[in-house]
Amino acid sequence: MSLQRYLIKRLFLTVFILFSVSVLTFSLVALLPGNVVDFILQFQQITPELRAELYAQYNLDEPIWTRYLLWIFDAMQGDFGNSIISDRSVSGAIAARLPQTVLLGLLGFVISMGIGIPAGVVAAVNKGETTDEVSRVGALLGIATPNFWLGLMLILVFSVELGWFRVIPPVDIPLLSFPMLKFMILPAITLGTASAALIMRLTRSAMVEQLNKDYVRTARAKGLSERTVIIKHVLRNSLISVVTVAALQIAFIVDGTVVVEQVFSWPGVGRLLIQAITQRDFPIIQAVVLLVATTIVFANLLADILYSVLDPRIRY
Amino acid sequence: MALLEVENLETNFYTEEGKVKAVNDISYDIEAGERFGVVGESGAGKSVTSLSVMGLIENPGSIDNGEIRFKGENLLEASEERLQEIRGAEIAMIFQEPQSALNPVYTVGEQIAEAIRKHMDLSGDEVKERAIDMLRRVGIPDPEERYDNYPHQFSGGMQQRAVIAIALSCDPELIVADEPTTALDVTIEAQILELLEELSEEFDVAIQLITHDLGVVAEICNRVMVMYAGKAVEKAPVEELYYNPKHPYTVGLMGSIPRIGDGRNRLDTIPGSMPDLVQLPPGCSFHPRCPYAEEACTQREPPLVDVDTGEPVEGLSESEHTAACLEYTGELQGELEFEVEITDDAGSTGVDT
Amino acid sequence: MTERQPTTQRGRIRVTGFDGSVIEERDEFSWEADESTVARGRWERAWKRFKTNRTALFGLAIIGLMAFFAIFARPITVAGIPIQPISLAPFEPGASNFGAVLEPPSLTHPFGTDWSGKDMFSRIIYGGRFSLSIGFIAVSLALAVGVPLGSIAGYYGGLIDDIIMRIVDILYSFPFLVLAIALIAVLGQGFWKLILALVLVVWIGYARIIRGEILSVKENEYVLAARALGARDRSIIFRHIVPNAIAPVIVQATLGIGTIVLLAAALGFLGLGLEPGTSEWGSMLSQGRDSLIQGDWWVTVFPGLAIFLFVLSINLVGDGIRDAIDPQGDLGGGPR
Repeated sequence: MSLQRYLIKRLFLTVFILFSVSVLTFSLVALLPGNVVDFILQFQQITPELRAELYAQYNLDEPIWTRYLLWIFDAMQGDFGNSIISDRSVSGAIAARLPQTVLLGLLGFVISMGIGIPAGVVAAVNKGETTDEVSRVGALLGIATPNFWLGLMLILVFSVELGWFRVIPPVDIPLLSFPMLKFMILPAITLGTASAALIMRLTRSAMVEQLNKDYVRTARAKGLSERTVIIKHVLRNSLISVVTVAALQIAFIVDGTVVVEQVFSWPGVGRLLIQAITQRDFPIIQAVVLLVATTIVFANLLADILYSVLDPRIRY
Repeated sequence: MALLEVENLETNFYTEEGKVKAVNDISYDIEAGERFGVVGESGAGKSVTSLSVMGLIENPGSIDNGEIRFKGENLLEASEERLQEIRGAEIAMIFQEPQSALNPVYTVGEQIAEAIRKHMDLSGDEVKERAIDMLRRVGIPDPEERYDNYPHQFSGGMQQRAVIAIALSCDPELIVADEPTTALDVTIEAQILELLEELSEEFDVAIQLITHDLGVVAEICNRVMVMYAGKAVEKAPVEELYYNPKHPYTVGLMGSIPRIGDGRNRLDTIPGSMPDLVQLPPGCSFHPRCPYAEEACTQREPPLVDVDTGEPVEGLSESEHTAACLEYTGELQGELEFEVEITDDAGSTGVDT
Repeated sequence: MTERQPTTQRGRIRVTGFDGSVIEERDEFSWEADESTVARGRWERAWKRFKTNRTALFGLAIIGLMAFFAIFARPITVAGIPIQPISLAPFEPGASNFGAVLEPPSLTHPFGTDWSGKDMFSRIIYGGRFSLSIGFIAVSLALAVGVPLGSIAGYYGGLIDDIIMRIVDILYSFPFLVLAIALIAVLGQGFWKLILALVLVVWIGYARIIRGEILSVKENEYVLAARALGARDRSIIFRHIVPNAIAPVIVQATLGIGTIVLLAAALGFLGLGLEPGTSEWGSMLSQGRDSLIQGDWWVTVFPGLAIFLFVLSINLVGDGIRDAIDPQGDLGGGPR
C-alpha cells in the first residue's frame, strides 16, 4: 500500500495504543483493594481534611469511567494533580527533574550507539577472526553485568579509590556546567554499557545475515571495491535492523535510567518514581508511568516512519 | 589463443567433514563470441567453476591449482584491484535468482548505473542515458520510467532482464550465466534464452552458460562440457553431443528425459546419486552408477581423451570431441551398449548402428 | 571398441540401452561406498552439538554448582520433615553479630561481614535460592501463559489474533522495569507477588516469538497435508506446529532466566523486591551502597559477582542451545 495509507494506519494504531496505555495506567490505581485513600492510609497518617481533599482529587464518588475521563482530560493538559505527600504539583515535580533525566538518557544512548554499531559492523565483517571473538566476549560480559553493580564498581574504583570523580552530584549549579557534565561521565558509561553490548550483538547478526545475501555477490561481481560493497550495499540494508534496535534501546535506557539515577543519586525522574513508590504517592506514579509509556509509543512510531523511508518495499 | 583458457583448475573447500574437491582438474577454453555450455547435476561443481573464474571464491574455499587465462592474463595471479577492474567490465556474471540478486533498497537504474560509473568514464547524464539504453536493449518497456523503479516492482522475468542489463552495461567480452533461467517459468525461460542468444550475436559476447537442463543447452550453445563430481567427463560441439554422445553419463542424462509420445512405461533414470565430494570413488567417479562399468573402471581414472584417437587433445580444436571413459582409451573389455535413435521430422526411424 | 558410425541424420533423439537395472544385479566391485549416515532426529543432533560446546558446558557446570550450593546451604524442611539436612553455610544467613560489623574478608568470613555483622559468604550461597527459584519459576509460568496464547493467536489468526496482539503491543509500550515497578506498587512486596509481577511483564516476549514462528510454519506443506487428512486443529497445533516452532522459544526462555534474575535483582536493589533484609543478591547490594563510600568493597563486590556469574553462565548455556538447535542462524526470535 502507498506510504500515505501506511502512515495513516500507523497513526490510528498509535492513538489506540496511547488510549489503551492510559487506561492501563489509570487502572493501576483501580486495581487496589478498596480505594486509593484507604490504601494510602495503611502507610501513613492523613488528616481528615487531607482525606476529603484526596477524595475530591480522585473523584472517588464518581463511577470509574468518569474518573478516568477526568483524569485523562486533565493529564492531556499537563495537570496530574498534586502529590499526596508534598501537596505540590506533580507536573511541576516532574518538570523540574526532566532535563536531568533526558540529558543522562541522551548521553547513555549516544554512548551505546556510538560503541555498539561500529563494534557490530567490525565484528560482522571480520567474522570468525580474533576481532570478532573479542567483541563477542565483550558483548557477553556487558549483557551479564547488572547495571547497578557496574555503577557501584565504577564509583568504588574511580570515585572512592582514585578520587577522580565525586560520589554525589554537585548542587546548585546549572545542568550544563562543566562540573555537572564531568560528574555525568560515570553514570552515562554505566547506562550505555549494557545497551552497547546488546546493540553490538544485534548489529552484528543483522550484518552477517545481509552479508550472506545474493545481492552482495552481484555487487562484487560488478567489480565494486569491498569498501563500497560493505558501506553502500550491506550497511544500508542492515540499517533497517539497526533502527529496530535503536527503538528497543529507548525502553532499555529508560529502565536503566531509573536504576542509574538511584546509584548515583542523580536528581531525575527515575529517582522521583522510586521515592513515590516507597511512599505510595500514586499521582506521581501514574504520571511518570504514563509519561514513560507515551515516550516509548512515540519512539516506536518514529521507528516505523524511519522504516518506510529506509525500505522501499514498504513504500511502494 | 582463446578468450578464456582454464587449465587444470582445482578448487577445494576445507570443511568440518573434510576436503571437498569441488573442482577437480578441469580444463576448457572459450573462444570470443562463443556460447559454451556447462552441464551437470546439482553438486557437480559447475557454479564453483564459474565463481573461480571470477575470483569470488571465499572461505573455506580456495583455488589450489591451475591457471585461468583471460586474454592471455592469468587471473589467479592478478591483484584484487586488477580483478575488480575486470569484473563487470570484461567478465560479467548473471545468477540464478534474480529477485535476490538485486539490492532491494536501490532502484534498478541505479544498480546499472553503478557498474557503468565504476568502469566507464562518462558524465552523470551519459551514465543514466546508457543505463536506460541497456534497459531498452534487454527488452524492458518504458525504460525511462522503469529506471526509477525498485526491484520488487518488477516481475521475475523482468528482474532477470535487468540483471542481464547490468551484466551487459560495460560491454564485457564474456558473460558467465549461472542457471539464469532455472528460477523462471518455462515461457519466460524461452524469452530470456532468446535474448541471450541475440545479445551474444549482436555484441559478440561469449557466454559461459551453466545449467542442469539439457534442453537449455541445446537451444543456444555452440559447445558443451559435461561435468560430473567435479570433473569434466565429456566435451563436444553441441550437435555432436546430442546425436553422438560418447560418455555413459551423458547418455544416461539424455535417456532420463521424458518425451511426449514415448512408448515406454518406465523412465530410464541413472540409479544412485552424485557421490560425496569428500569421499570420491576410486578410478572413474561414475562407475558405481554406470551400467557398463568393469573392474578396470575402479582402478584407473579415465583421462579425457579424443573419442577417435584415444589420445589427450593438444591445443585448441573447435570440433574436438573428448570423453573420459576407458572405452576410448581401449581399456574397456565390454561394449557401451546404448543406441541413439533419431526420428527425423518426417516420422521415419533411422537407427544408428 | 564399440563400432559406431557418426550419423548425419537430424531430428528427434531417443536414447535406449542405458539400463540402470544392470547395476543392481551385478556383483559389487572391490570398492563400496560407505553407508550413508542414518537420519537422526533433530533433537538428537542438537544434543550432540550441544555436548561438544565447551563454553556452554562450562556455563552449565557453573549453574549446577550454584544450584548445589543453594540447595545445600541450609536445611530444608517440609511440614516438619527435614528433606535436606546439610548445612554448607558456616553461619546462619540471618544471624546478626554486632561484634563483627563490616569486617573485611578473612578465614572465618571469606566474603567479610555486612553492616550488621552477618556473614556475607553464608548469605550469598543461601541467597542463590531466591535468584535461581525466581528465575526458573517466573520463566516457566511466563511460558505457560505466553506459549498457548501466542500459539492460538498465530494459528487461528483473525480476530483473536488481533486482540492478543493488541494486548501485546500495548504492554510492549512499557519498559520492563518500569512496568514491574508499577505492578509492585499495586500488588505489594513478597515472593509470589514478585513472581506475578515478573511473569506479567515477560510473557509477551514468548507469545510474540511463538506466534511469529507459527505464522511461518503454518504455511508449510506438512500442515496442509495433516489438515487434508482430517486432523483436528488441536492435534495439528501440538503435534506438528509447536515442535517446529518451539526452538527459538527455548533459546529465548533460557536467556530469559537471566533477564528475570537481573530484573529481580534490580528490584531488590531498589528496595522493591523481597522483604528488606532478605539474602537476595540484589537486596544485598542496596545495603552495599552506603558502605561503599567508606571503602568496604566486599559488601558490594561479592553479591554483584554472584549475579554476574549466574547471568553469564545462563547466557553461555542459552547461546549454546541456540547454536545447537540452529547452527545456521536461520531461525528468528529477536531480542526481548
